[in-house]
Amino acid sequence: MRLAEAWRVALDALRANRLRSMLTMLGVIIGVAAVVALVAIGTGTKQQIENQVEGLGSNLLLVVPGRLQAGSAPTSSPLTLDDIEVINRVVGDRSRVAVTIASGETVRAGSRSGFASMQGVLETTPTVFVRRLDRGTYLTRTDVSTGRRVAVLGAGLARDLFADRDPVGRQVTIGGVRFRVIGVFEPLGQSLGVDRDGEVHVPVTAAQRLLGTERIDGLAIRAPDRERIGELSAAVVAALTERHPDTDFSAVTQEQILGVLGDILGVLTGVLAAIAGISLLVGGVGVSNIMLVSVRERTREIGLRKAVGARPRDIGIQFLLEAVLLTTTGGILGMLLGGATALLVDRLSPVPAALTWWSMALAFGVSAAVGIVFGVVPAQRAGRLDPVVALRTE
Amino acid sequence: MTAAIVADDVSRTYDLDGVSVQALRGVSLTVEPGDYVAIVGTSGSGKSTLMHLLGGLDRPTGGTLLIGGRDVSTLSPDEMAELRNTTIGFVFQSFHLLARTTAQDNVGLPLVYRGAGRRERRERAAAMLERVGLAHRITHRPNQMSGGEQQRVAIARALVTGPSVLLADEPTGNLDSATGQSVLALLESLVDDGVAVVLVTHDRDVAARARRQIVMKDGLISETR
Repeated sequence: MRLAEAWRVALDALRANRLRSMLTMLGVIIGVAAVVALVAIGTGTKQQIENQVEGLGSNLLLVVPGRLQAGSAPTSSPLTLDDIEVINRVVGDRSRVAVTIASGETVRAGSRSGFASMQGVLETTPTVFVRRLDRGTYLTRTDVSTGRRVAVLGAGLARDLFADRDPVGRQVTIGGVRFRVIGVFEPLGQSLGVDRDGEVHVPVTAAQRLLGTERIDGLAIRAPDRERIGELSAAVVAALTERHPDTDFSAVTQEQILGVLGDILGVLTGVLAAIAGISLLVGGVGVSNIMLVSVRERTREIGLRKAVGARPRDIGIQFLLEAVLLTTTGGILGMLLGGATALLVDRLSPVPAALTWWSMALAFGVSAAVGIVFGVVPAQRAGRLDPVVALRTE
Repeated sequence: MTAAIVADDVSRTYDLDGVSVQALRGVSLTVEPGDYVAIVGTSGSGKSTLMHLLGGLDRPTGGTLLIGGRDVSTLSPDEMAELRNTTIGFVFQSFHLLARTTAQDNVGLPLVYRGAGRRERRERAAAMLERVGLAHRITHRPNQMSGGEQQRVAIARALVTGPSVLLADEPTGNLDSATGQSVLALLESLVDDGVAVVLVTHDRDVAARARRQIVMKDGLISETR
């Protein structure tokens, strides 16, 4: 039997039982749609988080005291601004080195107040990280060296404290100390679950005086290019360890952060896809079931076809194609449904979703495979039917 | 000319839940081209079993059976299918036409299994329908035709591959007598063309028209007339 003819026969058989074919297909449609939609959501979330990490800046190296390890308590930092002078010499360019000392503080402006993450920083912050100003100016080197009480507000904090008025030039108090607002950041949104618009940047020296400490919490270095990150990381850690032999220092790159997050999210996406895959499997069982019914119903037809010269293989292929046609048609419809669902979720909900070709291709391939796997048993049964018995069936 | 079918001491034993049942107990029979044979007998006499064997739908458990000169015991299932396709034509009491399928495509069905293209099948099916007097029913489906017409379609289907033997199992069993007569007349016209026709029937009048009658009883040929 020619393959084209076999396809035609399979199609006719499915058309003859339209409602049943549709219902059987529904199992596959839902399964494939679930795989495509859930993988899209997983991928979208992963991309969003990766973008946030990359959005911090490029070729970043973050150095903190202590070991970066799940469950380890934060180490109190032995670092001071003197260490930064050493690091500046190691890096050879002070504009590539940023520091931070962070503390949660209440910020007031007149009768309004808000809780903000105060960041004591160097004037280099906007060149190391990606931070853009909406208005005003950023801190200067002089501000830092003299410990001037000036502040740059995050967009959200500025709105909370000043509503529509321009904050630049106005006074705020941070932890009870008066600062003058010199700039406002562009809105940045959330990054890794932290509201970046609730920050207020002040000179690191002013922050240290406010908190009564000499320490700094950590530093960030922007390497000139990707290749030099490793070398720089080793040099910086070595220099710091020499000055503080009792403390471990950890240096992590963006790539490492992305790698860890990517692994976690990859596993999550895989788990989602696997759960959706189970429903696809259930759909396959449904196909198998209906094909067995179909073989039984058409026993006489099988007997007749064998009497006029159909080989067992011809009959088997006919039923196998019927199953594959069911699942691949279901697979295509499921891809469309899953794709549409992913787009709607992306548009209408805060959950990001990104369609990927590999997930579509995989879901389609799996649905075709499901048809073959679950069609084989009914097809073999049909092929092996004894023509004498089959013809006698009423 | 070689015989179309040669059965020599053919037996067929069924195993039904551990009990062996002898449906045929040693039957010898030769069908020559252009033969017109009626196999008669009561139900349970073994006549249907014999017909299934002669048509290559089943294999004997004893004796030798040659169909078209080939010993069926040496043939694989695929070769048996090919033998049925090329050498044998079947006509059944209940027609066995595919529903939702036109007369033309029903007739063309055996050609599907020899890899004929659609156009060739349709042309040959149309010619065969014309021969059985159904040129005007070519696009009709079984449920749009009378019983006699359906049996003619079935005969056209049996003939489309040019078989040397046509096996008919109670071909008039579901037809009224006038229609039955015309179907028999059609079968008899084939005999004149050199096709061997083997009828299985319990109708004495039908059997009496054949040139040879083989009476089956308890799995044996009890009488040849």
